[in-house]
Amino acid sequence: MKRTYREALREAIDEAMQKDERVFLMGEDVGAYGGTYAVSKGLLAKYGPERIRDTPLSELGFTGIGIGAALGGLRPIVEIMTVNFSLLALDQIVNSAAVLHHMSGGQFNVPLVIRMTTGGGRQLAAQHSNALEGWYAHIPGLKILTPGTVEDARYMLAQALEDPNPVLLFEHAMLLNSEQDCPETAEGFDAWHARIRKPGTRLSLIAYGGMLPRTLEAAETLKGDGLDVEVLDLRCLRPLDDAAIIASVRKTHRALIVDEGWKSGSLSAEICARIVEQAFYDLDAPVQRLCRREVPMPYAKHLEDAAIPQAADIVAKAKEMLR
Amino acid sequence: MDKAWRGFLLKTMLRIRRMEELCAELYTQEKIRGFLHLYIGEEAVASGVMAHVRRQDSVIATYREHGHALLKGIPASAIMAEMFGRLDGCSRGRGGSMHLFSREHRFFGGNAIVGGGIPQAVGLALAAKQLGEDRLTFCFFGEGAVAEGVFHESANLAALWRLPVVFCCENNRYAMGTALERSESQTSMAAKARAYAIDALEVDGMDGLDCYDKSGHAVESVRSGAGPFFLEFNTYRFRPHSMFDPELYRGKAEVDAWKKHCPIATLKARLLTEGALTEAQVAQYAADIEQEMQSAVAFAQASPWEPAADLERFVYAGRDSGGSA
Repeated sequence: MKRTYREALREAIDEAMQKDERVFLMGEDVGAYGGTYAVSKGLLAKYGPERIRDTPLSELGFTGIGIGAALGGLRPIVEIMTVNFSLLALDQIVNSAAVLHHMSGGQFNVPLVIRMTTGGGRQLAAQHSNALEGWYAHIPGLKILTPGTVEDARYMLAQALEDPNPVLLFEHAMLLNSEQDCPETAEGFDAWHARIRKPGTRLSLIAYGGMLPRTLEAAETLKGDGLDVEVLDLRCLRPLDDAAIIASVRKTHRALIVDEGWKSGSLSAEICARIVEQAFYDLDAPVQRLCRREVPMPYAKHLEDAAIPQAADIVAKAKEMLR
Repeated sequence: MDKAWRGFLLKTMLRIRRMEELCAELYTQEKIRGFLHLYIGEEAVASGVMAHVRRQDSVIATYREHGHALLKGIPASAIMAEMFGRLDGCSRGRGGSMHLFSREHRFFGGNAIVGGGIPQAVGLALAAKQLGEDRLTFCFFGEGAVAEGVFHESANLAALWRLPVVFCCENNRYAMGTALERSESQTSMAAKARAYAIDALEVDGMDGLDCYDKSGHAVESVRSGAGPFFLEFNTYRFRPHSMFDPELYRGKAEVDAWKKHCPIATLKARLLTEGALTEAQVAQYAADIEQEMQSAVAFAQASPWEPAADLERFVYAGRDSGGSA
């Protein structure tokens, strides 16, 4: 059945709350307002204010409370309105959630899910358009999921909640209204590995999250031009699915990484390094990257478009690599 | 409070003091490394509060937490082995002095980010309330943590949601080397708590009996369902902030003046004067404690190191690492 990415996210939360009394949602405007992006609309009426818990603007506080609640036996879903505001909660995420298991010699673990909206594309300028999921992927102890399809939006949450570790789920703002077919059951679903979204032979396009649909669009265009390229959706940025990346590159001998994050010191750099470390002799051309241009995000539409990789940029770069 | 309890209170303070003194010695001998923050001078606070803490209650403390961990029931041997960095340490040598943990004893650290434990304590209290468990959470932090925004965010939510948490502010007057008067416009920590509609009491943190009594009051209030309670313990650390602190920010005269209020010396004198305790009993305490601590040191010394091959264990739960909540 077709549904939107937003509806899929809501169904996932609804299902998790129904299945497990310990699950609750906490964050800014998740209840009475219905969710900043209307993801949790209607859930307050269904589950009440103790399980759909509105918080004040206290990201560091309620993220830490989520950690404590997880330690105390609940299964919190903390919603941080956007990745930009997650920086206010960074201390609890990095200095506590990620390390408590290790620091306690394996005694404690933090089964916490933190959901947040990420990405640019809506003319919200420099403080509301970051794509920092690659940053978080730097941290041992965290797991990072980036749903780029409706199916992933629908089923990743359940596996994140089952995981005994802190899991960060990055929901892309530009995907919320996208509509796709979605399987009715989670049978065989695996949140933690990359997936080939379009098989191909000439070049591996490696993308995730908000960059996935436009990468697929680019692949279709290239196909029309007789260039058969592969699209690999990373889905999980930590742990990174090395095997899938390397297998794809070994097949196509060329790789183009499309990442909405900045290039310097980034996830795209990490992927590039791993390809070079593990598959250098399989390459027929240097690995290439298309990333966010290295500026704070501007407001004006034409400048914003120029800052984020577009389908046309991907097509052009791919053709250049296949020349 | 009956005679036996007052004697017990003194004994718990003596246990903390002796353990801390030994730690200082062992640090000088380079058996213990890293940061080491000693609680000497502040023992009355942990002793007074922890006397009310039950097995099922949860505790989160700071990086100056050896005493709290000991009184929550973690054996001195496991604490000492942790400071030695050994496998039998209460965090398998992965935490050290600042990160003592015990799942069995519901001791959630040992958090060395100032204020870091405060929202987690509120979260533990939220879980207890939501799960209908008879459990209080005790959260220790210094007055320095009250300057952090996270204290204010957490205090507000604890009060708004009427959560069963006892905030224990150990006001030792210095955030490392910065005096309270030099850093805060409002120097009453209790007043700040009251601003969030939290009941608060000022406590003489050098007086074990006052610490015991007022903690008891706080516990009763929280247990009645009235929401959080805030205790401001006015206390003083006799030692430098850590072993690296040359103490440029305070004079010897000030430290000496506070030492006259040593919580152990004053309680001991009082109990002896009142006939609640005899010199022989105090000597027996000291002998028992010496044995406990020396065997802890011997245990730590004999404990093996975790093999370096196991370095990458315990990064993620669920594989080979045991515990899941």
